[in-house]
Amino acid sequence: MMMSLMGIIFGIGFFVLAQAQTSGFESFFKRTILGVNGSIRITDRLQETLSSIMASSDEQSGVSFVISAREGKQYVEGVDYPDQLREALEDFPEVTGVSEVLEGRIDVTSGFRAQPARVYGIRLKDHIRVSNLDDHLIDGQLSNFERDVNSVLIGSLLARRLEAKVGDYVVIRTGQEDRRYQIAGVYETGIEDVDKQRIYMQLGEARSLLYKPFGGAFLQVNIANPDKAPHLAAHMERLFGHHVVSWQEREQVWLEVFRALKVSSAITVSTIILISGLGMFNTLAMMVMEKNRDIAILRSMGFTRRDIAEIFIFQGGIILALGTALGSLCGVLATYGISKIPLHIRGVFSTDRFVVEWSWEHYLYAALIASIVIFLASIIPARRAARLEPGSIIRGTSL
Amino acid sequence: MSMDPSVLRVDDLHRWLGEDEGRVHVLKGLTFSVERSNVYGIVGPSGCGKSTLLYLLGLLDRPDQGEIWIEGHPMAYGSDEDRTRARNALIGFVFQFHFLLPEFTALENVMLPMQKLGKLSQPEMEDYAQGLLAEVGLGAKSHRMARHLSGGEQQRVAIARSLANDPAVLLTDEPTGNLDVKNSDLVFDLLCKLAHERGQAVLMVTHNNDLAGRCDRLLSLRDGAFAD
Repeated sequence: MMMSLMGIIFGIGFFVLAQAQTSGFESFFKRTILGVNGSIRITDRLQETLSSIMASSDEQSGVSFVISAREGKQYVEGVDYPDQLREALEDFPEVTGVSEVLEGRIDVTSGFRAQPARVYGIRLKDHIRVSNLDDHLIDGQLSNFERDVNSVLIGSLLARRLEAKVGDYVVIRTGQEDRRYQIAGVYETGIEDVDKQRIYMQLGEARSLLYKPFGGAFLQVNIANPDKAPHLAAHMERLFGHHVVSWQEREQVWLEVFRALKVSSAITVSTIILISGLGMFNTLAMMVMEKNRDIAILRSMGFTRRDIAEIFIFQGGIILALGTALGSLCGVLATYGISKIPLHIRGVFSTDRFVVEWSWEHYLYAALIASIVIFLASIIPARRAARLEPGSIIRGTSL
Repeated sequence: MSMDPSVLRVDDLHRWLGEDEGRVHVLKGLTFSVERSNVYGIVGPSGCGKSTLLYLLGLLDRPDQGEIWIEGHPMAYGSDEDRTRARNALIGFVFQFHFLLPEFTALENVMLPMQKLGKLSQPEMEDYAQGLLAEVGLGAKSHRMARHLSGGEQQRVAIARSLANDPAVLLTDEPTGNLDVKNSDLVFDLLCKLAHERGQAVLMVTHNNDLAGRCDRLLSLRDGAFAD
């Protein structure tokens, strides 16, 4: 029975630990992604083109009607009326921030080295409401960026490739002209694709640089509950006619990977609990055989079948209570211990230590799985014990 | 309590054991009654059906035919719940092997049937159990683990346990079969004293002719029927 208890303790401990780390990395990834690209992105649209014929049956009375005929669809890049769309978005109670972003391909040069990159024109105050740009800054000042239209923020990988630092100048080439900007800050999101090619500059300057005085931008939107993004995105798409992408759709591949990892680790660790349950079943089944004489005596003294079954279920209950309490404690200690392990990760997010998530749900799920396994492991021997006929057992012992 | 002087009555009791060709008619229409304050000895050769009769009377087995009344209540075909309740409240068992729970003290073993009956509070149960153990001469050893008592002491604890709920009838299956002569006499004298002083009916299956001769009544069983 002690081995079964140990199995349950370790099973619950490992389950909690496995869930804490897979959920930890997943949550950290989500926070990073939301902190860089926001919950929802509103981009291009396909505009239906119509030709209309106005017919009048009675010019004097002013009564008229319109006949519309579909001719096809026209692709419109970006959001052409961002201010009106922003106003409409602010009517959504879930929306906490909207940032207009103009994106364009450029080449950037620093002294002797050139790199392809993407320029992101933003209004800093708006963009901070839909991203963690301020938290991601590892060198320089956002105030300098805000004050000087000829300044940029560049990603840490790009800065390294250009061998440039805060205060240095870079030249941005669009194909039509070259302009010189001073680096006001270097940021690091941990996402390689962002850190190696994204350059933030002020929106007005970006429009001038990219020769896009109007339209062409996308809107990055943040909402209070990111889990509601798919539903809200679908609603916005129907309402505005623009292509609206939620972060779940955008990062579907990574989210699937994390989900698969989480399920896989849960299955693996549940096996430990299951094996412990089988061990416990064997122990209890053996106990029923060993104790059948005692069971018969209890029955002869007036204990009911239910009383006998409850003894074995009670034993299972003790294992469950002890296993859950000690297993959860093991889980807490192991999770804390693993959170202190140094681990340098860059690429999908940026961390220098093992990422864990503290959630009561992990403990609840572990306890639920253990409860089911222990209940099944106890109930069968308990029922078998309850079915024993005292007369035949005592007669067998007496002869 | 019933006005009937017989605490236990049996009418035309039949029992077959085994199956198909191996089926044996063990008890062949037994009819008798048992009165309070008497010790009944049931004797007979091995395989004559003594223990089978005792298990039927103790409601641990069911007859194939006939009826058993305990304190006027028909019990042979009652529900498992009713028979279990009757075992707890009306019947006390003493087996050849003491069948104590070794992980429990003598006092706890004696308290078990009381705890099931639930009529007394915990201190009352402890007091009563302590009194019963004193009655069987083990008052000083009530807190000893059952496994640390001698064979005779364990059997006396089993007798105390059988009396826990003040049963109407005490069924004993060779209670001295595993004891030496001195302890056998001690246990038998104790059973007789209890029957006479507490007014309980004692049925004792025994192979010991000396003890059988000292019983108030003797029931001689042969081939599943009482010999004249």
